[in-house]
Amino acid sequence: MKKFALTAALTGLFVMGISAVAMAADAGALTELAKLFSATVTAAGFGIGIAAFGTGIAQGLAVKGAVEGTARNPEASGKITVNMLIGLAMIESLCIYALVVALILLYAYPMAEPVAKMLLK
Amino acid sequence: MEHPLLLLQLFFDSVGLGEFAHHYPNVIYSWLVMLVLLILAKLGASSIKMIPSGGQNFFEVLIGGYEDFMVDVMGEEGRPYFPLIFTLFFYILCMNWLGLIPGMFSPTANINTPLAMALVVFVATHIVGVKVHKMKYVKHFMGPVAALAPLMIPIEIIGHCARVLSLTFRLFGNILGEDLVLAILMFLAGLYLAPLPMMFLAIFTSFVQAFIFSLLTMLYISAALEEAH
Repeated sequence: MKKFALTAALTGLFVMGISAVAMAADAGALTELAKLFSATVTAAGFGIGIAAFGTGIAQGLAVKGAVEGTARNPEASGKITVNMLIGLAMIESLCIYALVVALILLYAYPMAEPVAKMLLK
Repeated sequence: MEHPLLLLQLFFDSVGLGEFAHHYPNVIYSWLVMLVLLILAKLGASSIKMIPSGGQNFFEVLIGGYEDFMVDVMGEEGRPYFPLIFTLFFYILCMNWLGLIPGMFSPTANINTPLAMALVVFVATHIVGVKVHKMKYVKHFMGPVAALAPLMIPIEIIGHCARVLSLTFRLFGNILGEDLVLAILMFLAGLYLAPLPMMFLAIFTSFVQAFIFSLLTMLYISAALEEAH
């Protein structure tokens, strides 16, 4: 618990330090765009990380159920394995949705043009 | 992201349709998969014998096995819909596996191909429902109790539209993700054959995604076939 609090505090300080340096620099519209870009990339990274966290737990539970079922009844292992694979693909698709959003943020820069026009006016 | 080197685009460049080929690689590689499947089917069914051998044997095993699985899932009344479901499965499987060959591109890694197929499935489920149930198909959308109908109809409509989105993004995201991982591994450590273990995993996940797409089609069609509450 202490280690987690320490890591969280250091991360917070790091983020604030970066933004402080950015604000101390030439406070023009380009800095705003740079902050927008770095925020976008940070959001993409954290988004897929959190999605993978939930997916890992859910798929672990699915495999747990399948393995326990096979242990109790080895003859049904074929059907149990098929159902497990279907369930794993369903759960994985939720993580894939988050991955697609992260890829959109990284490579398609949505709203970059309108925001840039607004800031550089 | 730089454009990769695609062999079929070079071929089209030499013929003169280079512009089309560079803007729509998913279309030309879909044509390639269709051509390969048609040639395979022609070879497999050219001389049908009572005791099969070679290509006919392979296709009998594949199609017979899949039809048995489909009847297991859908029940006997699902048998007429087997051509659509097996075509979706085999076509998506071949398109996914095509991307693993160096110099080729999976059409499913572009969002248009999975979207088109998901729309076909969406339209097919509604056509099946209307054909079998005629006008009583609307009862599928009205929920278990008639009093809840004004609440259930928007929810059911949104659920049906969400099916199209989920089918599309599941297939597209999986195949694009695997293509990107292979490209990045190649960029990072190509000389040490780093993408190779990933390619083995990609063979398996491509198969699973094709199977899941066709299995979900089976489930949606059997949901449209069953009696409403």
